[in-house]
Amino acid sequence: MTAPMVRCRALRKSFGRLEVLRGIDLTIERGQVVCVVGPSGSGKSTLLRCLNHLEEPQAGRVYVDGELIGYEERGGRLRPLPDARLRRQRESIGKLFQRFHLFPHRTALENVMEGLVAVKGVRAAEARRRAGELLDRVGLADRAHHYPAQLSGGQQQRVAIARSLAMSPKLMLFDEPTSALDPELVGEVLEVMKDLAASGMTMIVVTHEMGFAREVGDHLVFMDEGLIVEQGPPRDVLAAPRHDRTRAFLSKVL
Amino acid sequence: MDATVVGPAAAGPTGSEAPEANRISHPLRPGRWLAAGVTALVLVWLGWTVAINPNLHWDIVADYQFDRVILDGLWVTVQLTVASMVIGVVLGVVVALMQVSDSRILRTGAMAYVWFFRGTPLLVQLIFWFNIALIFPEIGLGVPFGGPKLITWETNTLVTGFVAALLGLSINEGAYMSEIVRAGLRAVDPGQQEAAAALGMSRTKIMKRVVLPQAMRIIVPPTGNQFISMLKTTSLVSVIAGADLLTVAQRLYLTNFEVIALLIVASIWYLVLTTVASAGQYYLERRFSRGFGTTVPGTLRGRIARNLRFSGSAR
Repeated sequence: MTAPMVRCRALRKSFGRLEVLRGIDLTIERGQVVCVVGPSGSGKSTLLRCLNHLEEPQAGRVYVDGELIGYEERGGRLRPLPDARLRRQRESIGKLFQRFHLFPHRTALENVMEGLVAVKGVRAAEARRRAGELLDRVGLADRAHHYPAQLSGGQQQRVAIARSLAMSPKLMLFDEPTSALDPELVGEVLEVMKDLAASGMTMIVVTHEMGFAREVGDHLVFMDEGLIVEQGPPRDVLAAPRHDRTRAFLSKVL
Repeated sequence: MDATVVGPAAAGPTGSEAPEANRISHPLRPGRWLAAGVTALVLVWLGWTVAINPNLHWDIVADYQFDRVILDGLWVTVQLTVASMVIGVVLGVVVALMQVSDSRILRTGAMAYVWFFRGTPLLVQLIFWFNIALIFPEIGLGVPFGGPKLITWETNTLVTGFVAALLGLSINEGAYMSEIVRAGLRAVDPGQQEAAAALGMSRTKIMKRVVLPQAMRIIVPPTGNQFISMLKTTSLVSVIAGADLLTVAQRLYLTNFEVIALLIVASIWYLVLTTVASAGQYYLERRFSRGFGTTVPGTLRGRIARNLRFSGSAR
């Protein structure tokens, strides 16, 4: 298969009368790291939520790895996918949150095991072994038996990344993964994300970390008011934005 | 209250000379001493009058404390409490899930149930269930709305005093429990469901593995209180001859006229039950607060003391 990893076509989403996405077209190749930037309220988070169908778009289509997300097409009409198949799709798309959303009643190790046990049906012993390896990969082997409340924000986000990786996703979505962190903890999370990128993971990262976008990103998307205003190689967009709105935004954050 | 006295410069930083310990003279508090004295006096006096009062018949209390009939009543009270609470909790969870459902009909049904059973006195409900045969002389299985019946029973043989008590207590409890469960469900961060859904979990699994375990932390403490309150509320079924602890005590004193002695016997057992239940509640809460970095406040002894208070004033 040589289909792009993600393809959005004319994606629209509104909440009541508020149009949050007003026709998004986006293509992302395998292994690309795409950074999405833009002012708050520009629809970045909603775009991510549509990509794994946590939000139902009003119009347009999302394909991940060539597969239509959330619907099946029969005779030119869309029907919602049966729950089990939607869950299968979500399973293959990792999602990281600004506020981590680790399960507070489970230890770091149990958090990483959760998807393996509850979704993939892996036996506990095997899940424990794999979860241990993943915690090691994000540098937290020594925190396996800590509860989330006993971990720093940076550590929690790294556990969340391990939890996501346990599902062997082919695409990972990061919704402002470092925005809730103390400045000195941002680096450790970006480090883990850099390793992920280097391992060939396809990633979409909503972020305000322009340094990360420049250094790790293959592609930069600037959104405003529900539209993609400008996109291209991060260095070009950051150095020489072509649009006034991009310029105005970058002058505030750089 | 204690004056913390900083030790002299044993390990203190050098620089200035050794600081002198603070001399704090606590004022006398005559009001507090007086109140304590009066309280002690009242307690001693109460104990003395109770001990020497011939009308209390402590010897008869001792005779009946482990009486076969009383123990049977005690067993019925325990059974009623446990069974009503189990059914009440199950009903409460179901109704709470209906209340947070997307379906308006389910929500309305749940609301009507809570409205009705919380809006009428439990005592009235108990008497109602006991007399249910006056409305439905027969209970049958078959086609509803007047269709043919497969099998019918006479209501009076089906709804005994115990069954009526169980129905009344558990259905009433379900209404209160549903509010407690709903509060617990709503206290769980919606982000938790989203994170679980993103992993590919089904709705049922999200509820069972992610939401309910976290809601339990909120649900368990008031449920413990409900249980302890239920131990005492079961005494209401004495009005419908429920054969519980109070009913059998009453039956005994109607024949031997030892009213006070038998009420004391019953009260001692209620105190024992409440004390045991309080201990259980303490350990249960500790179990469900895992991962939240908070320890269960208070001590086991404090918890027992709190639950012994008159329930109306405690909450």
